[in-house]
Amino acid sequence: MTTVRRVGRYAVLIGITAVFVTPLVWMLLTSLKTYADAQRDPPSWLPDPFSSYGYDQIVHNTANPVLRWFVNSMLAASLHTLLVLATASMAGYALARLRFAGRRLSFALIVGTLFLPPTSLIIPNFVIAERLGWIDTLTVVVVPGAASAFGVFFLRQFFLSIPRELEEAAVLDGANHWAVFTRVLLPLSKPALATLAVLSFLTNWNDFLWPVYVLFSPERLTLPAGLGLLQGAYVTDYPVIMAGAVLASVPVLILFVFAQRHVIQGVSRSGLKG
Amino acid sequence: MADVIEAGAARDDASPPAGRTGRRRGVTERGHRATPYLFLAPYLILFLVFGLAPILFGAWISLHQWDLQLPNRPFVGLGNYRDLFSSDSAIYGDWWSSVRATAIFTVFSVPLLVVVPLGLALLLNRSFPGRTFFRAAFFAPYVLGVAVIGLLWRFLLDANLGLVNRLLGVVGLPSDTPWVTDVPWAWVSLVGVTVWWTCGFNAVIYLAGLQDIPAELYEAARVDGANGWDRFRHVTLPGLRPVLLFVLTTTILASANVFGQSFLITQGAPGEQTRTVVWRIVDEGLRDYDAGRAAAMSVLFALMLAVVSIVNFRLFRYRED
Repeated sequence: MTTVRRVGRYAVLIGITAVFVTPLVWMLLTSLKTYADAQRDPPSWLPDPFSSYGYDQIVHNTANPVLRWFVNSMLAASLHTLLVLATASMAGYALARLRFAGRRLSFALIVGTLFLPPTSLIIPNFVIAERLGWIDTLTVVVVPGAASAFGVFFLRQFFLSIPRELEEAAVLDGANHWAVFTRVLLPLSKPALATLAVLSFLTNWNDFLWPVYVLFSPERLTLPAGLGLLQGAYVTDYPVIMAGAVLASVPVLILFVFAQRHVIQGVSRSGLKG
Repeated sequence: MADVIEAGAARDDASPPAGRTGRRRGVTERGHRATPYLFLAPYLILFLVFGLAPILFGAWISLHQWDLQLPNRPFVGLGNYRDLFSSDSAIYGDWWSSVRATAIFTVFSVPLLVVVPLGLALLLNRSFPGRTFFRAAFFAPYVLGVAVIGLLWRFLLDANLGLVNRLLGVVGLPSDTPWVTDVPWAWVSLVGVTVWWTCGFNAVIYLAGLQDIPAELYEAARVDGANGWDRFRHVTLPGLRPVLLFVLTTTILASANVFGQSFLITQGAPGEQTRTVVWRIVDEGLRDYDAGRAAAMSVLFALMLAVVSIVNFRLFRYRED
């Protein structure tokens, strides 16, 4: 009886997994087909022959410099992640450990914006970015997103969960705040910092709406913004479009496989203990 | 989330155990008076410029006839808002059509995104070999951005070349459904893709919540002779209430802000019926350069969402009493 139930459970789980994974496998397989092969009806699962057609098109297309977009996205997401880690950890330390006038007010304001959908600020943010001369530059997809309250809130809560005794020992040895922060608190916070780093990278890498409207020059686009153009240029030439989609998926899927624990923890904590 | 924040604040203000106060003071009040502000400054600058200022600036823009390409931005008071509400203005039809599109999408996607992930979480909420693998598989689509999801599903739902219609044909069902070009199919597609894409995210949040429900409660219920359904109704659901409220609130906000799916998959079709509020706002402001009207739309939209969130919190609070 229990064996039957166990088999039934796995059958259900495998069925659900197929629903989630099949489209992704189909994306990969299609990217390895020729144009004619992808048009076949009924479709063949495996490419026949395996072809680099889609990827060749992408590499040699000068109107849509997909590899350049890939590099832009990599740069933007990496710089964004570093900026978030640096600014959010320092602010989180101040809010968790230091006493100063305006602390409650600044924390309340920061947390208040957690509930505000970022899309509602897109028009004023565009005007501000334009006045700073940032439109159509790398800066505009790196910096404004780092104003998000999530990182500060997330790290503040984590710092509060660390016992103060460890810092007190350092203070007795004559360490100042900067030393306590960099040599005691940050090393103890590696798991939380890794989680925030992974989430920040994913968010920035996948961001679509903002880059589509603030970047114009073909050589300055990020990969998601460029993919929209690729779809317009190739319409039903699906091997090429899917090759672009694969290129945008591979880095984040690799990151997910290796940092799964951090991603899952970050998400589940966002719903609970902050 | 409010509870979480209050809990954090309470812990923050709790007075330290007697006898240690002096040493704690030593930690926090050591160093120069400016030190806390220096730690806060880098983030605070970002926050002020791109988090706080835009709230006020957006409201200010909405009171002007603000063409991004013209030097003069005359003050028009509530004129932009009046346009959104008067049926003889040029924008009235487009605006309310986008509100309707967003409402349809939200009304159909939110219940599914609250219920389906709960089912997935319950399925994963015990230890068995392969659990981590299945959790990762369910979550995997969420790791991909909306651009990838949009391109992928535009292809899968292609009426002629798409896998969906071809598979339907193989099992003898109609194989010519216009999934992305006609209603109601376009709505089925947008909602279905979004559930597929994001339900792993909510499932992970539920899972964490389920693991916080003490096992003793289930034991006690079992001793009292409660069956599986009873335990779900009287232990699981009450234990999940704060998590449910969190999931419901964040899912409503996320669904109401839908953009990429309709931008890439249905491309607004048929006509402009699936063109959503966020898309209308950015097009009005950043393609047609009428930032004043777009800002007014943003303010009105934020107010609508605030009302929905407040009602949502109220309903759950009442049920708790």
